[in-house]
Amino acid sequence: MTAGDPGQIFREEAAELLADLEAALLQLEQNPTDREPLDTAFRALHTIKGSGSMFGFEGAASFTHHLESAFDRMRKGELAATPAMIGIALAAKDHIRILIDDPASADAAAGDGILARLVEQSGSATLSACPRQEHDDAERRASWRVRFRLAPDVLERGTNPLLLLDELRELGEAEVVALTDGVPPLEELEPTRCHIAWDVILTTAHPRSTIEDVFIFVIDETELTIEPLSASASASASVSAPVLAMASDGPAPSPQEPLDAVPQARPSAPSKAEAGPEKGRAQPATNSIRVPAERLDDLMDQVGELVIAHARLKQLISDGVDLQIKSVTEEIERLSNGLRDITMGIRMVPVESLFGRFRRLVRDLSQELGKDVVLTMSGEETELDKTMIERLNDPLVHIIRNSLDHGLEPAADRVAAGKPPQGRIHLSARHAGTRVLMTIRDDGRGLDRDRIRAKAEEQDLIPPGAKLSDAELFQLIFHPGFSTARTLTSVSGRGIGMDVVKRTIDGLRGTIEVSSTAGGGTEITLGLPLTLAIIDGLLVRVGQGRYVIPLFAVEECVELPPDVERRHANRNFLNIRGALVPFLRLRDSFGVRHPPDLYQKVVIISSGDKRVGLVVDQVLGDHQTVIKSMSKLHADVANFSGATILGDGSVALIMDIAQIVAAGQIQEPRREAS
Amino acid sequence: MTKSILAVDDSASMRQMVKLTLSSAGYQVVEAADGREALTKAKSGTFHLVLTDLNMPNMDGLALIRELRALPAYRGVPIVFLTTESDTGKKAEAKTAGATAWIVKPFQQDQLLGVVRKIVGA
Repeated sequence: MTAGDPGQIFREEAAELLADLEAALLQLEQNPTDREPLDTAFRALHTIKGSGSMFGFEGAASFTHHLESAFDRMRKGELAATPAMIGIALAAKDHIRILIDDPASADAAAGDGILARLVEQSGSATLSACPRQEHDDAERRASWRVRFRLAPDVLERGTNPLLLLDELRELGEAEVVALTDGVPPLEELEPTRCHIAWDVILTTAHPRSTIEDVFIFVIDETELTIEPLSASASASASVSAPVLAMASDGPAPSPQEPLDAVPQARPSAPSKAEAGPEKGRAQPATNSIRVPAERLDDLMDQVGELVIAHARLKQLISDGVDLQIKSVTEEIERLSNGLRDITMGIRMVPVESLFGRFRRLVRDLSQELGKDVVLTMSGEETELDKTMIERLNDPLVHIIRNSLDHGLEPAADRVAAGKPPQGRIHLSARHAGTRVLMTIRDDGRGLDRDRIRAKAEEQDLIPPGAKLSDAELFQLIFHPGFSTARTLTSVSGRGIGMDVVKRTIDGLRGTIEVSSTAGGGTEITLGLPLTLAIIDGLLVRVGQGRYVIPLFAVEECVELPPDVERRHANRNFLNIRGALVPFLRLRDSFGVRHPPDLYQKVVIISSGDKRVGLVVDQVLGDHQTVIKSMSKLHADVANFSGATILGDGSVALIMDIAQIVAAGQIQEPRREAS
Repeated sequence: MTKSILAVDDSASMRQMVKLTLSSAGYQVVEAADGREALTKAKSGTFHLVLTDLNMPNMDGLALIRELRALPAYRGVPIVFLTTESDTGKKAEAKTAGATAWIVKPFQQDQLLGVVRKIVGA
């Protein structure tokens, strides 16, 4: 799945074309006489067929061909775009998608069914029109049966039969069957002589003379027959009968193999051939299977339970138990950890699948807005949990829309600012520890600090003249109802979106950071956990309750100097190497009455570039844990994002870092003021 | 793996053209000015292909082909010879002697490359 793989590029292109096709079909359904969607649909089909056959998606190409013919006739007015026709076309579109994405899973019978309905609706003329089309577009591809037996001494004269076969394969799709009937018993076998004959079913656009040219140097001594199988792909099923007859006649004493080879090599007979060419390519794909996502979720759940049960077991046998039981427990630990890692690995998919969708978005939006924009990407191979990828779609759409609409200037403004007229949006993803950083960067005008400030003051989000760092200022754009756009466009600017983005990313336990330079562009970086199901946490104790702080947010742990309290009774600031960090006493926040430990610890956590200290009674250590989401009843509990079950069966709540940091920051000015 | 080719021709310009064409396509080319020199060089090294002219002083192409085929190491090595359109008799002789393929003079560089690729692979 490299980015440069032409097959992959075609898949992406086809996905867009199919989306275009679907939209056009729906439009056509509303308005059957509308010319434009009809043309769009035809163009999409035409491109899928043309590029498909170039990049080895013959199955999809030949299937698409029939639909394309029908649409061509609609364009000529020979057929009407009836609702039934559109229904068939939509079904066909779905089938094409399968043929391209995963030919191995394509149901040939379903494809045949669709084609049969197509014929029924369009009248027999559709399919009879095919051969002509095939003739034009498939460059007169024809199938040949090439049978050759080289002179026995050919090896001694320096000819390599493999190279001949390779050369035939270069001409087109070739099914090669070795006829080993001439191979003598071992005791009589002369290894320097060539005993094998070959039967090759070749489908090629080249003429017969090109096939003969392959044998140019050996043709005098070679028994060579080249017979046409089907001059062009005539659609009639009767073709197969003579083909089979031809294959089984002649001197081949092992007729079974060439017999098998024949139907596979017929490229464009409408029905069976679908499965034929696909079969060959499906070989590598048989190594993967498709599984409903829910089953993976269930599996993850079960593994999570197993990890928890194991932790309990481990705690139960902590001391003084039989060594044998201990060793088995350790064994189970290793296995369950392995199982957990594998299960998590199964759920990982490359972000490419997500990024790929934005090509269409950027193209459409740039057209709509009349801006010339190019979308580039890097790190598409970075893997992320499938669920995460699904949920990231909407936030990224919002961000990209904003970049296109507000960030990137019209070409004239860009040129005036000394920038190239074409705007640039870059998506990138990379690993950073246990997290994935996803960046959306544009080279537009950047965020307007003054306007954000003015708007925030107008909405009473900040006191007039408040001193804010750039990062703090930029975070304001995530406030609900906040939009600085002067004019609303259909694309963005309704003030919804960025707060939804923030909420979604928070919900994924992600972070979002904005940096921007005036005139230089904006960069939004999302920090995301690899998976939603497992969290690396720091287990702490406050009073008698235990809590998990996500480890990614933890910067350091320090001891709370006892004199801090006496010296600054009302000022909860801690001097961490010269920087003042506000801290929260979780005891107070959680209303704990249990007497505090003598030495209180402070866990310094960060979110964005804000830091907050959390005062806890004890730091218990790091803890990898399976996340249980909160019940609906508790879904809106502030400061906690989930819960986990500890080894002894008790529940620990997982802190919501973003909310707690925000709470700590808000609390601070208030206290200072009082 | 880089394929090595022994190019045999008494014409220096011809050898240079062959060498230039083949080495720019990634082959390693060793030159020999006649059949005798070629045979010596063939015995001292291994080649994946021998490309030889037929009319040469000292030892001609036909003799070279027969000598090479007599060597165990060169029984299966492809030998391509250069010939002219009119020389059908020589062509048949060379084939009988054990040549693999031929190139008709005059030829274009890409024709040469095409034949070499066809015979030994890229």
